[in-house]
Amino acid sequence: MKLGVFSVLSVLGLLAIGVAFPWTKTMLIIGLCYGLSALGVAIPARSGQVSFGHAMFACVAAYAVAFLARAFPLMDGVVLIVLATLVGTLFATVLGSFVVRYRGIFFGMLNLAVSMVIVALLGKLYELSGGTDGIRVPRPVFWGLVTERSEFETMLLFMSCGIALMAGWFYQRFTQSATGQALGGLKSNETRLEYLGISAHHILWVGYAWSGFFVSLAGAIFALAQGLVTPDMGAWTRSGELVFIMILGGSSHALGPFVGAAVFQAVKLFASAYMAGVWQMLLGFTLLAVIALAPEGIMGAWQTYRNRSGKGAQP
Amino acid sequence: MSQALLRASDVCLAFGGVVAADHIDFELHEGERLAVIGQNGAGKTTFINICTGYLQPTAGRIVFNGQDITGKTPRSIVKLGMGRSFQLPQLFSEHSVQQCLEIAAAARGGRLSWLTSLSDSVDQKEIVETLELIGLRQAGHELAGELPEGHKKLLDVAMALMLHPKLIIMDEPTSGVSSQDKHGLMALVMQALDERKVTSWFVEHDVDIVSRYATRVAAWIDGKIAADGDPQSVLSHPKVREEILGVAAC
Repeated sequence: MKLGVFSVLSVLGLLAIGVAFPWTKTMLIIGLCYGLSALGVAIPARSGQVSFGHAMFACVAAYAVAFLARAFPLMDGVVLIVLATLVGTLFATVLGSFVVRYRGIFFGMLNLAVSMVIVALLGKLYELSGGTDGIRVPRPVFWGLVTERSEFETMLLFMSCGIALMAGWFYQRFTQSATGQALGGLKSNETRLEYLGISAHHILWVGYAWSGFFVSLAGAIFALAQGLVTPDMGAWTRSGELVFIMILGGSSHALGPFVGAAVFQAVKLFASAYMAGVWQMLLGFTLLAVIALAPEGIMGAWQTYRNRSGKGAQP
Repeated sequence: MSQALLRASDVCLAFGGVVAADHIDFELHEGERLAVIGQNGAGKTTFINICTGYLQPTAGRIVFNGQDITGKTPRSIVKLGMGRSFQLPQLFSEHSVQQCLEIAAAARGGRLSWLTSLSDSVDQKEIVETLELIGLRQAGHELAGELPEGHKKLLDVAMALMLHPKLIIMDEPTSGVSSQDKHGLMALVMQALDERKVTSWFVEHDVDIVSRYATRVAAWIDGKIAADGDPQSVLSHPKVREEILGVAAC
């Protein structure tokens, strides 16, 4: 079965689960947000640059939702998501113009450093940000409709699923495009890129901006789903989780980060239910197992298996 | 004599006390096949690095195809029509041979697409022709990083060729290649350059290769051009024989 078809069927399955078991809706939306964010983290990772601060874009977009909702209480939720995503993307674009000059550990740590500054500012500027308690986001009008919590979650779930599908489609197209392939080329040989007349900085900057777009979009949806934004959304532990999910699922196909997010959420749920005291240990062992047995992640292992069995990886 | 395609005037560069380029005046004309010879450390690669923008000279001026390229970046010099291959082939090791050429072909166009697939955004006929020309047709789907050294060298040249350069500079195209494969590799490269009408300049240590494929030879000694002219006269120059070829003058 083609992975694209499998992706569509998976999304339909998620919708069915959400409708059949309403208590899962928030969990599913949050899982999709994690997948979408990890998809964003996977873009610069294709060039060998791993960011340990990307959750800051989700945080910036989430606070943009909160500030906009506070300033314009009648603003539609869809408009909030669009505007907050633009704010997060703009921030990523500006920050990207600086951080793409660095490589490897410096790239990762610079992102981490900026995210820590943002988290600290949001925690300290109590009058503006509500401090570590954060800001409550009231349920907005959505698609022009005043909704109850359950209807709102259903609509948000449908929207998140649609966005996840479009994001996956874009990721696949982008990574196969000339820009995406050049981004992959940056990982193995930046010198050759320059001697082909391609600016490595520009290529990484484009990837970084798209990456920020996906994480910001996820942050904006997350803010509405959770109804509360806190500085913790941008904490380095959250950024680490996104990298964890990306490695777990693999970045060779857009489905990877979403599979990673599903496994991450499942392990976290299982661990917190049955091994509450040592849930991080279980996550750690899961990641160790993936790195040892399937370094390309779950999707990478799946595609390798398909190639070896002669079925071939299909887009 | 045709107008110089590349002209370096009084180019200097020193690394601390070591003078790597010592007031070099140099011209390369269209259609020439220049071989640069010299001991390791003579400044051959440094001069290539200066001309291709990787290093900035402390003095002097370089003009390529009528434009001053002194101090310009490799990227902007490449766009003016200068291609380069390296002593250690600079490939996209995790891409296939075909994809490497496709990226190069897409780069020539200037704007890289975001949504159109790489293979659809370039002329596949040209990719196949180049693969055939350089003798890598059968290796099109192999990963560049897993090719034998000779094939890596060929791919490195082919990627530069995809840019349709006026001049290609090759730093030791046969180094790391077995002696029995060297001539085959150079024959393929030179045939490809002739077919595409590209002027070439290559650094080489093997005198047989130099004699057979160069129309002109420049000998580098201690950051200076010690001799420059047709292969026979340069290779028989006493200083070249003594200091580069290691043949005692008598």
